[in-house]
Amino acid sequence: MTDIPAANPDVGEVVLAARNVAKSYGQIHALKGVNFDIHRGQVTTLFGENGAGKSTLMKILSGVIRPTSGEIILDGQPVAFNTSTEARDRGISIIHQELSLAPNLSVRDNIFMGREIKGPMGVDFAEEERQVRKLLEELEEDIDPLTPVEELRLGQQQIVEIARALSVDSRILIMDEPTSALSATEVEVLFKVIRDLTSKGVSIVYISHHLEEALQITNHAVVLRDGAMTAYAPRSEIDLEWIVRNMVGENYDLGSPPGGYDFGPVALSLREVTVADPKGGDYNVVDKLSLDVRAGEVVCIYGLMGAGRTELMETVAGRLRATTGEVVLEGKEVSHLSIAQRIARGLALVPEDRQRDGLVQTMTVGQNLSLASIASFTKGLFTQKKAEQDLIDRTIKEVTVKTSGGAAAIGSLSGGNQQKVVIGKMLATRPKVILLDEPSRGIDIGAKAEVFRLLAEGAKRGLAVVYSTSEVGECLSIAHRIIVMHKGHISAEFDSTVTKEQIMAASGESVAA
Amino acid sequence: MSDTSLTRSAAKGSAQSFSLGRLLLEGRAFFALIAIIAVFSYLSPNYLTVSNLLIMASHVAIYGILAIGMLLVILNGGIDLSVGSVLALCGVLAGALMQGVELPVFGVILFPPVWAVVVLTCAAGALVGALNGALIAWFKVPAFVATLGVMYVARGVALLQTNGLTYNNLHGRPELGNTGFDWLGFNRLAGVPISVLVLATIAILTGLMLSRSSFGRWLYASGGNERAADLSGVPVKRVKITVYTLSGILAAVAGLVLSSQLTSAGPTAGTTYELTAIAAVVIGGAALTGGRGTVRGTMLGAFVIGFLSDGLVIIGVSSYWQTVFTGAVIVLAVLMNSIQYGKGGRKS
Ligand SMILES: Nc1ncnc2c1ncn2[C@@H]1O[C@H](COP(=O)(O)OP(=O)(O)OP(=O)(O)O)[C@@H](O)[C@H]1O
Ligand SMILES: [Mg+2]
Repeated sequence: MTDIPAANPDVGEVVLAARNVAKSYGQIHALKGVNFDIHRGQVTTLFGENGAGKSTLMKILSGVIRPTSGEIILDGQPVAFNTSTEARDRGISIIHQELSLAPNLSVRDNIFMGREIKGPMGVDFAEEERQVRKLLEELEEDIDPLTPVEELRLGQQQIVEIARALSVDSRILIMDEPTSALSATEVEVLFKVIRDLTSKGVSIVYISHHLEEALQITNHAVVLRDGAMTAYAPRSEIDLEWIVRNMVGENYDLGSPPGGYDFGPVALSLREVTVADPKGGDYNVVDKLSLDVRAGEVVCIYGLMGAGRTELMETVAGRLRATTGEVVLEGKEVSHLSIAQRIARGLALVPEDRQRDGLVQTMTVGQNLSLASIASFTKGLFTQKKAEQDLIDRTIKEVTVKTSGGAAAIGSLSGGNQQKVVIGKMLATRPKVILLDEPSRGIDIGAKAEVFRLLAEGAKRGLAVVYSTSEVGECLSIAHRIIVMHKGHISAEFDSTVTKEQIMAASGESVAA
Repeated sequence: MSDTSLTRSAAKGSAQSFSLGRLLLEGRAFFALIAIIAVFSYLSPNYLTVSNLLIMASHVAIYGILAIGMLLVILNGGIDLSVGSVLALCGVLAGALMQGVELPVFGVILFPPVWAVVVLTCAAGALVGALNGALIAWFKVPAFVATLGVMYVARGVALLQTNGLTYNNLHGRPELGNTGFDWLGFNRLAGVPISVLVLATIAILTGLMLSRSSFGRWLYASGGNERAADLSGVPVKRVKITVYTLSGILAAVAGLVLSSQLTSAGPTAGTTYELTAIAAVVIGGAALTGGRGTVRGTMLGAFVIGFLSDGLVIIGVSSYWQTVFTGAVIVLAVLMNSIQYGKGGRKS
């Protein structure tokens, strides 16, 4: 059996198909005539670099945007969706890459937004709540349906997004990077749900930059590159190497700990740092944590969601205040300094949630990149245009942002390229210590390798690097030292010779995966 | 990843093929102004004369100065409802100072010179603005509510100060050395009213500040996404307090210009001017959600409102209809804003 789409899709096998679909934004050709099949009751995974056009294709299939040319065929019949509601009514729903929840509304209201269940007296809230509880139970997530979404951590918000798509009972479910903020355990649960759905005949499209993970669940693999399809194959015929070869044309390596030099003096030192729960809970999210990082050293912090990694990093950067303990940068106490002062002293944080904490949507790519280093190109009262442009061009090259230039709108970049802008912005401040909270969220393997190479190179020049991840494989790359966090403190510390199983065991995670 | 240069040249090509619709949309305030001038010149021969344009411009100056302060606040994602009241408060303060300050302890009456009156009045405006800013930045009171409260308080204080009366004599006396208050509202430099020159100076300085200074960049960033700006080292609280303070100072300047033009200072001056200022900013294409807007747009917005209402007066349309027209223009402007920002802003 071949996976290459036939001119006329076989209705028994293919539920939804795209034929010669192209999409252009002005002169940018996001999709150049692609053919794509969604197989009935199976999982089809779409692989591709950042900006390859994956999200664009999915948005076309789910009616969010309209193709410039080409045809969508549902059950053998050509269809044209004008809105996503129309597509939803025909049984197609989508989980967007960027969260589209209303932060001030509760989980329940978000899930039923626009499709409220009508009762005899307005909305039947009790029924909605019952259904939400059932959904969340299915996803094995302990969230109260009445919590406002803004109080949830990123991973839980993603779960809510998934629950919303599941609540529709669709025949075709498109998932655009549903797991980018989920822990390994949560991913396992999601996969269980997916298997359950496919056994009921639901067809799934899956997109992820976690390639191994996607290989566990998929039945078919499709590779998109620069807006064109480059390969199709059933799962049985392919492996990781096949995907990577077709995606980027070469093999990749996340690198190894940079060596051949001695670490410098201690650059960042945390002494018994304790942080109370910022949401007012009566426990500490970071509990008497001490850690020394030396210049040139790369430290990976591994932990499950909720282990306190984000809070730890935000405290070091100055967003949160420690209740007790000290943050010492190059021998000087900085706990009392503002974020700006800490940046000026060489301490930079790349936050986890790029939409909320990383990007200014109303500004251009260039203005976002230069935002944290304004002082470096300001002389007297005014900013120097040329110096700023140089900084922007240099950073775009350094972190390989795929964009038409610094003047492009930030919203026109693909998700992964937006992430690179956030990383580039902080690297442009020429930090001495850089903290990265899940830096690989949503970026492709090529870019991930690129970011890690950049960090390793920085380390060689004396940069102290601390990054967090919830993917064990990423800890076993450039990190000299691996710290496992569990419930606010360090539960284990390893050097780079550790195995995946040891790390996961120390994090309190079942090693079932 | 290697085709960055290729897509770059492609994007340039698309920027050049500017569509007419887009041009009309982006320059809408400009075209609206042209249309207004054209229509009224047709309806009244007196409209398009240099002297009438200058008179109308001096009316626009008041709204324009307020609107620039409002623009700064709106860029920050806030709103300042207190400017009309602050204008009145500062006006009566200036009026009171012109009448002399009695110091009972020393048994003397001080007559500050006009420059001192101006400085003290602006300082008072700054103080009220800083109060707004502090309430909003430090005590996390929503901008709408904080400035609504201050709007009432400032108006009340202005009424208390004069017991509801108006200062009608602002000329000063030569023997006291405090003459010259009329200069602001009546004099001309090279034929141009001083108030218009004041507006132009403020507009140019603010434009430079927004486009070229680091403060401008901070303001756009914190209005666009305060959390991201904060984490990038932008002093978001300081920015906030500064914009409300500037808005207060500009309200004081507008108060001085208005009382000088009217040669009187009353506690009910400037009622609902805050709404006109907001309208000018919105017509000028700024987004009420923050982060988008320019001085040029706001100036055009102020001139659209001013030239429209003066034009209606000149051709003798009733003031009730003026209100209807102004309202229609505002709604139309907001409609176009949502067309412009609604598309293309979607995330990946
Ligand atoms: N609204 C838009 N305006 C202009 N260009 C756009 C727009 N949306 C997407 N693009 C461009 O289309 C291309 C494909 O983007 P898309 O979001 O589909 O990539 P992707 O494969 O989903 O990448 P990622 O893995 O980073 O999410 C990119 O080059 C992007 O810059
Ligand atoms: Mg995408």
